[in-house]
This record gives sequence, C-alpha cells and structure tokens, in this order.
Amino acid sequence: MNRGGSSPSAATNYLLCTNCRKVLRKDKRIRVSQPLTRGPSAFIPEKEVVQANTVDERTNFLVEEYSTSGRLDNITQVMSLHTQYLESFLRSQFYMLRMDGPLPLPYRHYIAIMAAARHQCSYLINMHVDEFLKTGGMAEWLNGLEYVPQRLKNLNEINKLLAHRPWLITKEHIQKLVKTGENNWSLPELVHAVVLLTHYHALASFVFGSGINPERDPEIANGFRLISVSNFCVCDLANDNNIENASLTSNNFGIVDSLSELEALMVRMKRLHEEREDEEASQEEMSTRFEKETKESLFVVPGDTLHSFPQSDFEDDMIVTSDVSRYIEDPGFGYEDFARRGEEHLPTFRAQDYTWENHGFSLVNRLYSDIGHLLDEKFRMVYSLTYNTMATHEDVDTTMLRRALFNYVHCMFGIRYDDYDYGEVNQLLERSLKVYIKTVTCYPERTTKRMYDSYWRQFKHSEKVHVNLLLMEARMQAELLYALRAITRHLT
Amino acid sequence: MEKMSRVTTALGGSVLTGRTMHCHLDAPANAISVCRDAAQVVVAGRSIFKVYAIEEEQFVEKLNLRVGRKPSLNLSCADVVWHQMDENLLATAATNGVVVTWNLGRPSRNKQDQLFTEHKRTVNKVSFHPTEAHMLLSGSQDGFMKCFDLRRKDSVSTFSGQSESVRDVQFSVRDYFTFASTFENGNVQLWDIRRPDRCEKMFTAHNGPVFCCDWHPEDRGWLATGGRDKMVKVWDVTTPRAREVHCVQTIASVARVKWRPECRHHLATCSMMVDHNIYVWDVRRPFVPAAMFEEHRDVTTGIAWRHPHDPSFLLSGSKDSTLCQHLFRDASQPVERANPEGLCYGLFGDLAFAAKESLVTTELGRKPYAGDRRHPIFFKRKLDPAEPFAGLASSALSIFETETSGSGISWFVDTAQRYALAGRPLAELCDHNAKVARELGRNQVAQTWTMLRIIYCSPGLVPSTNLNHSVGRGSSCGLQLMSSFNLKEMAPGLGNETWLDRSKGDTRSDTVLLDSSATLITNEDNEETEGSDVPADYLLGDVEGDEEELYLLDPEHTHTDEPEYVLPQEAFPLRHEIVDTPPGPEHLQDKADSPHVSGNEADTASLAPVDSFSLISVSHALYDNRLPPDFFSTLVRDMLHFYAEQGDVQMAVSVLIVLGERVRKDIDEQAQEHWYTSYIDLLQRFRLWNVSNQVVKLSTSRAISCLNQASTSLHVNCSHCKRPMSGRGWVCGRCHRCASMCAVCHHVVKGLFVWCQGCSHGGHLQHIMKWLEGSSHCPAGCGHLCEYS
Repeated sequence: MNRGGSSPSAATNYLLCTNCRKVLRKDKRIRVSQPLTRGPSAFIPEKEVVQANTVDERTNFLVEEYSTSGRLDNITQVMSLHTQYLESFLRSQFYMLRMDGPLPLPYRHYIAIMAAARHQCSYLINMHVDEFLKTGGMAEWLNGLEYVPQRLKNLNEINKLLAHRPWLITKEHIQKLVKTGENNWSLPELVHAVVLLTHYHALASFVFGSGINPERDPEIANGFRLISVSNFCVCDLANDNNIENASLTSNNFGIVDSLSELEALMVRMKRLHEEREDEEASQEEMSTRFEKETKESLFVVPGDTLHSFPQSDFEDDMIVTSDVSRYIEDPGFGYEDFARRGEEHLPTFRAQDYTWENHGFSLVNRLYSDIGHLLDEKFRMVYSLTYNTMATHEDVDTTMLRRALFNYVHCMFGIRYDDYDYGEVNQLLERSLKVYIKTVTCYPERTTKRMYDSYWRQFKHSEKVHVNLLLMEARMQAELLYALRAITRHLT
Repeated sequence: MEKMSRVTTALGGSVLTGRTMHCHLDAPANAISVCRDAAQVVVAGRSIFKVYAIEEEQFVEKLNLRVGRKPSLNLSCADVVWHQMDENLLATAATNGVVVTWNLGRPSRNKQDQLFTEHKRTVNKVSFHPTEAHMLLSGSQDGFMKCFDLRRKDSVSTFSGQSESVRDVQFSVRDYFTFASTFENGNVQLWDIRRPDRCEKMFTAHNGPVFCCDWHPEDRGWLATGGRDKMVKVWDVTTPRAREVHCVQTIASVARVKWRPECRHHLATCSMMVDHNIYVWDVRRPFVPAAMFEEHRDVTTGIAWRHPHDPSFLLSGSKDSTLCQHLFRDASQPVERANPEGLCYGLFGDLAFAAKESLVTTELGRKPYAGDRRHPIFFKRKLDPAEPFAGLASSALSIFETETSGSGISWFVDTAQRYALAGRPLAELCDHNAKVARELGRNQVAQTWTMLRIIYCSPGLVPSTNLNHSVGRGSSCGLQLMSSFNLKEMAPGLGNETWLDRSKGDTRSDTVLLDSSATLITNEDNEETEGSDVPADYLLGDVEGDEEELYLLDPEHTHTDEPEYVLPQEAFPLRHEIVDTPPGPEHLQDKADSPHVSGNEADTASLAPVDSFSLISVSHALYDNRLPPDFFSTLVRDMLHFYAEQGDVQMAVSVLIVLGERVRKDIDEQAQEHWYTSYIDLLQRFRLWNVSNQVVKLSTSRAISCLNQASTSLHVNCSHCKRPMSGRGWVCGRCHRCASMCAVCHHVVKGLFVWCQGCSHGGHLQHIMKWLEGSSHCPAGCGHLCEYS
C-alpha cells in the first residue's frame, strides 16, 4: 500500500504551490497508485454500476444538464442506479451550486469544502477545491480557515454542530450570525449556507457509505496523472485495506444464513403488518420505545470495527485528518449520542411540531426561493422510491422498511414521530444494519466495506444504494429541521 | 390592546357580548373549537386540552380534560372539534393516530369516551357531521379517511385518497352526504359518504399541500381551500368540473381558512409559518385584506368564529400560548393605510396608472387644471381588459401610451437627410433648414432657424442704408411664420415637441398641458397676443425712449428687478413658457439692464406670431438698434444647450455646424464633442452613414474629425500575382501590371472601384452601373450574372 506515501506528498505539493498553482498544474506529474478497485465504488463491483449505466441515456442527459463539472463523476454513476432519484438530486444540487442564490459561487464551493471536511471526505473536498478555483475563488483560502474572511469562519460553529450534534443548535447561534455587524450574514445567505452544509454533510455520508472511489483523471493515459492542487490523497477512502479478503470472507460465510435472514425479515414485516390491526401497544410502552431506541443506539457503536482493523488504519486516518483539518476547527468534536446516560436531558424534537412539509419548506422557500420545491421533490422522491422488490422477492411493499430506516436516522438525531412505533425498528433492522446506519450517518468516515457487506447479504447492490440514499436524505432533513427550527425561533 | 370596545349583539334569543381580550395558556395550542352556545371554547395542543368559558371580560378556565398521571400520546392533540348539535360531545385527533371522543356529560373526572385506533399515522383532522349526531370523520397522514359511527366501536367506512396524506376533511354544510378532503399533493377530493370505493370528484387545487378547506355556510357549492403555495382559492364545485371562482394571494402558507358568518364574501385565514397575523379577506378584493388582527406573537394555529351567525367575534389560538377573542371593530384595516393609487413608467415610456374607478371616471369628464399633473392628456387612455370586476372596491387601471413614438424616429431620419449643413451661404442654409423643419411639422425648430438667420444674417449682410428693405424681409419672414401657426398644423407638431419635453419637468409640462389642450388653445392664442402686445405697447408709447424712461412709465418698476418687471404686467405666470423659444425671453430678462433692451424685445416680438400691428412696431425697433452679431452668442449658446438637454442633439449639432466659427468659441469644447459623438452615434444607429460622415467631416472639433482619419487604408492584393500591393493601389509593384482595370473601359481605375463579389471583376462605379442597366452579365465576359444593388 503506497497510500501512506502518496498522501503526504500530495499534501506538500499543495502546500508549496498554493501561490503558484500554474506551475504546479503544469509540472507536477506524479505517479500515483491506482485505486484499489476500479469503477466508481470500492464497495460495488464495477460491472454492477456500469451495466446499468450504458443502458441509460437519461443519465447522460441529466449529467450534461446539471453536472457542474460537466462529466459523469462517480457519485452520479452510483446514483444512476436510481435514475428517478438522480434527477431530483442533480437538479437540487445544481440549483444550490450554480443558479440564482444569495451567495457568490466561490463561497458556495468553499462552504461545501468546509462541510465535507467535517467528515474528512477528501473526495468531495477535491471536487470542490477544483470548482472553487474554477469559479474564481481565492487560492489563498485553500490554505485553511485562517485565510478566509471572518464571515466564512463564523460559519464554523454551526457547521460543526450541524454535522455532529444538530440538536444543540439554538436561536442564539443564529442570532450571533445574523447580528448586524461587519461580518453578519443575511437570512437568505444563511439559509443558503445551511442548505449547502446539510447537503454536503449528508453527501459525505453517501460517499463513505457507498465507498465512492476517487475520480480518475480522464487523461490517465501513460500511467501518469495530473495532480491537481486539490489532491490530498487519492485513496484514503477505502479504509479497508484488504477489500479483496473482506469480500471473500463475506462470500464465504453464510449464504444459507443470509437466505434465512431475508426470509425472517419478510416474515417479520408481514407479522408487523398484521399485528397493527390486532395488537394494541399500551401508550406508555409506545412512548418509552422511542427512548429505548435512542438509548439502544448508544450501544450500536461502530466499536466492533475498532477491533477488526489494524491500528495502522487509524494512523492513516490521522494523516488524512491533518490534511483536511485546515478547513475545520475543533476536529475532536464528533457525534455524541443524543440520549447520553446520566447527562442533562435534552428535549426530544417532536416531528409533528416542526415538519418539513408544513414548516421547513415554507421557511426555506421564503428565504431562498425555489430550493424548497427542489428539496421537497427530492425528499418525497427518496421516501416513495420503490420497485416493490426485496432481494429476490417481488411485489413486496417496502414502505415499512423505508420508514423504519428513515425514522431510525431521525431517532439518532433525537427527532421523534408520535405516530411511529419504534418497536418496529428493532424488529426490522438487524444489528449489523443498525451498526452500518449509525456509522454512515454519524461517523461516515469510519465506514468500511466489511460493514457494507455484513448486512442484508442477499440484497442487491442497487438496493443497498437505495438504503444509502435514504440515510443521506434522512440525515439531511434532520439537520435541516434543526437548523430551520432555530431560524424560525430567531424570527419569532 | 387596551383600547377594546364592547360589542353586544342580539342573535335570536341569546345575546353575545364581549371585547377584544386574551388569556394565557400553559402551552402552545394546536387547534380550537367553539361550542354551539358560543359561550365555551376548547383549546387543544400537544400538552394542553382545556375548555374555557368566554365571559364578558375574560376567559375562564372551566375544565381541564388532560387528566391522568402520565399523559399519554392520545392526549397530544393535532385537532379538536366540538359537535355543533351536542354540547357535550367533543372529538380530538391525536398525533399518534388515535381519534378520541369526549363526553363532557360524564360524571367522572375523566371525560374520555371512545378511542379509535385505526389510523396508522397522525390524524390531521376530525370533523363532525353538521346535522347527524353520531357521525364523525377523520383524515390521517396515512392517506385514509375514516367515518365513525359513535354508537359503534369501529369505523363504518374507510375512504382511500390514493395519496400520501389527508390534511383536512370537512362535511358539506348543505349537502347531507358530501364531504371534501384535501391532500398533501395538492388535490381536493369530494366524496359521497355512502360510496367509499371512489371519490365523486377530484381536482388539483394547489401547488403543494392543501392544508385546509371550508364550505361556504350559505352558498351551496362554494369551497374555500388554502395551501402551502400561499393562496386561498374559492371553488364552485357544483359544476362538473370544479371552477375557481376567486383566488386570494396571501404572504405565507395558509394553515386555516374560515368563512365569516353573514358576510358572503369574507373569509378569515391564518398562516402556518412566519406570519403571525390573522387576516379577513374579501375574496373580491384579493390583494388587500379587509381586516387584520395582529395580537399574536407566534403563528396562529386555530381560528373559529364565535357564533355561526355573528360576524364580529373571532377566536384564535396560537403557538405563543394565548387564546384570543378578536372583535372585528378593533381590527386594523390595511386598506386605510394603503396608497390607493399607483403610477409607473414602462420601459418604453408608457405610463400605467391605477386608481379608484370613481376617481378616474370623474376626472375624465373634467378639464385638467394646472395643479393636476398626473394626466398628461396627450397620452391615450386605454382600458386594460383584465380590469377587475365591479365590486365594492374595484379600481381602474389605465395605460397611457405615447402617441408619437413612431413618428419620433421618422422625423429624425428625414431631418438628418434633408438638412443642408454647408456649401451655401448661411442665410440660405438657415432658410432651407427652417423649411425642412416646418415641413416635418417641427415649428419650434423651424422658428429657431429663422431666428438664427435673422440674428446672423440680417444686420451683418444688410447695409444700413438698405434698412427698410431688410425690415421688409424680416417682417415677411415673420408673416410667413405666423401663417404657419394655424392650429391644425400645430397639434401634431406639438405632439412631437412635447414628447421631447416630458423629461423637462414641471415647468415644461405646464406648457404641454396648455398647448395641447384643445380647450385652451384659444386662450393661449389670446395670451400670446397679449404677450407680444405688451412689449409692443411699450414700444409704441415710447419708441425712441431709452430704458430709463421706459421704466419710469410704470411706477412699480423703478426697481430694476427682473421678475417683477415682467410678471405683474402679464398676470399670467405661464407666459414665458408659451413663447416658443424659451432661450430668447430668458435671455432678454437677463439682459434687462442692457442699453439694447428695447431692440431685444422687438426681436422677440417679431418672432412671435402677432398681428401686423405689432410687427410694424417691431420693425421700428429694429431700425434704431444696430446689434453686433456676437451679442447674441450667449443666447444662441443657451439655445443649443436647451436643445441638447431636451435630447434633440441633432438640432444642436446642425446649428453648430451651420454657424461654424460664429458660435464655436462660446461653447465648451467638451460639450461640443459630446454632442457630436451622440449625434454621430444616433446617425449610425439609423444607418445614416453618409450623413454621419458629413457631420464628422464638417465638425470643427479635432477629436471628432479624426474619427474619419482612422483606419482609412484599404489593403489590396494584386489580382495577378496575389501579392499585397504597396504604394499605389492601381499598379502592382512586382508584376508591373495594372491591377484594377475597368472591365468596361479597360482603363485603370483610380478612385471609386466596384467589384462583383461573385466573379471579382469590376470597374469604374459609373461604368458598371451603366453597364448593368443594360445587361445582367459581367462586362468582362466571364458569364457571371452580376448584381448591382
């Protein structure tokens, strides 16, 4: 693995050349190791994605229309497994990056960088560093937060909170930002920034959750590739060093297991469906189930991964972090379980009191026109997307499963639905899946291929991508709701 | 909030009294509902469920329905409704999907009656049948509506909206079997309660969720809906296809809508986000709310009219944890604060004006007076077809177009082409240009030319012995002018001029008003005669006298203060604008103290259209005063500036060129240059290349004339050896051949050479023109069909 070598060298290039990036771009051709797997994703075999792609004219059209980079990047390729969704995703992303909006273009990309940096998502950082420079951003800013205007720096606090503990955002944070002064944010600007931040936090989840590979440069011809300013490290994504092995093992153990797992899940879904009619869970029980679930998510620490990977992995992590950390402050700040034992009790967010449909939408749309419709369509799309299949089975109503996934993510952020029986989560989502969900939404940078492989072994990759989309959107909505609620409170 | 008045209304037997008041609740309210007797109101929310009695001065808590040690989610209410037939019957919709009924008649503390747990998701709305005692309808997030018979344990029928979630359900007030439901996807469905299999009617009402609906209490088929798209729409659903009758645009998403009792066109709305006020709209007046209640500090979540037949009491609950009673009389009325008239200029100078219809109609019949400058009447009034229906508050929108925008271009082109700028004596140039201007109906310009002619030609050219003759010429000129001043010719001409004048501001628009109003023309005529008569009188009285004597005639004018000198005499404040060439009289006043004042006056007078009587006096004046031509230079300068400022840079430049050295030195070099460049730019926009070139050529400004000197070389290649030809353009230095031979006469062309772009043969311009008149083939015999255009 020469990755340890490549990443610091890229970093030094970068550091050296921030002021003379022309030179860097022309002269620095460095041999760089190829990603471990080919194709857009490290988790998904290339042919799965590519097969789907070649057929799809629609995707190409969408990319032409809405892509900012003008080419089919890996994210788009993986998402194109769900073309319906891809359209609304690209449209909203294009709108927030390129269309009318209160923030100048370089700002938007820099905010994206800041957001992605919270999760050390170098893929997104690379992408947006390029775009940032292309849209006329000051190269100097890329040296880190100390070099950006105070105004952008002020965004750091809510970036941090939104990324890891959105429930801590209060109207005071908002007030601090919009308070008149030299570096104040106007509300429309702030909403735009919040939308960008949440979008890129969530997208980072998707990138890690689906093991998106770094972009390969088109001019890869003779084994050389052009290192652009932004390359910190080419392949820090796949924290999993032994992907081949992992996939081998996953293939080896328990095909029988997984088959029965699937059957069991189907049975449980069916039973739940029927039970609803007869069994009446006592109200008290219902209300405690949520707390139980939030509490339980405490134990679903991706801790088991700690053991399964050599220490070196995390050292690598540290290296990467040092690269990325110039865009963030307080890198130690991370997700903390919502319902932490023994600490002061935070009020749960009652979903019915501040819903996206009723409240969030109106506020967003008022301050940053039209984004509301695009996000609305995206949320709606991901929530209702179904092919009525589950692995090998057809004609399955997966509503229950989708809802469980969505609500479980919200649950981890302390958002509670009165009309949801959180007991369902326990029955429908197996432990390995919960681990995966928690990792992807809360500590996406720790996601490994093993986690990805270990749940729902019978399911198709496209279905797992669907899961990732759900997680991503649920996370984005949760963050948005907290941020928008704070803004609403500031307004009233 | 303490200004509150008290209202007492007699309704049948019961009497409603009260004032605007509010009371604090312990928690935010989600919904409110009023008891049939209009004396109690129930407030429900996530952690509140109470009945308040509405007393005269205050709300009094009567009952807390939220009992039990550990309140369950069943008590977390999204909606509450009080039965309109039974005072003891209440129903709530819980956020966890349970529908609960309450019987206030129960003796125990817990009034909970029945529990329906059929919905899987939050129940958004419950609705009792208006006349049937036991029928309850619920609409839930899971997309189903259920009808319950309270005598049974479970639902009687389930209606599937085939959509994500139901936001509101309402029984029709008039049709026993009908109810309406609204959906998150923007649809509204009408159902027959007896047919759960499919809806009777469905239409898309809004873009985005429809949060609420309300049946009109009297009009059978009217249904009001409110949506997230900030609209309230009123539908007529009696027709096979639901028809939108009214549409009100609010400023925030509409959370609730309630028809106002006894007022056919009024409805109250409140918003879900951002906007905390309650509005009462007259649907016929969709842009300004009829009334506005501003008591709440957070979003209003529930509104209810206190009594179904009393339009003056409105109750509301809010997220700010207050319950309010609003009195219509205490409402603020935005209409009173709004500016009732709007005025706006369009991109092309059109003017739109909206005002109360009554105001407009009365004004149309009325003559515009000097103080009213909003109606320049040279605009054409055109009624907008989309004018609002006639209602209690309809307004008229008028759009005024400038009539002369078309001819505004043609006169410019004509003038540019026909003006003579050089090559003839000054007098002739002036005469010619005056004639051109007059033919185009631009009398003011024509007169200016004539004036210039008089200023610069008459005294200089005519020897003193020949003065009589010169006066004759001058007067004939004046007469000619006068004849041109008949009214018919004047009207279009004025249109032209006023078009330019509009930018000039108030004083000019006064003139416009007077000049163009037909009713005032005669008046103006009189004025003008007076205006010229007065100085004439002076002159008649004391022709030979110098200014001192002149002033002494009038004791008032012993002070030589210029405005006093003129204004009291006239008693017409507008006098100066009436005279066609403003710089003249203005200058005259400036120079009131100068020894040549009388002559000056005479000069102006001769230009004004006057009767021969005053003309004679004028000519007398001319005799006595020999004026040096440069005396007028400031006057002319002002005149040029005047034209330039008006936008008629053409006139400014033309005069500048025609007069040449006579005025050039008096005018700022930069201003000249600016005029030139503007005029040249205009000419080029009209593709008047020749005129523009002539102007450049004649300009005296260095910066302008060098425009012609830049990039004048034409690079030519030899047609034989294909090398660039240097030095002379007609003989190739390399192959020593004559490059450009005329295909007709076979001589070398020096000067204008015309090529065919098709076969590259050519020759002398005249030769080729002549040749192609007779033949369509190339004169060189190449067989190409050349075209000359």
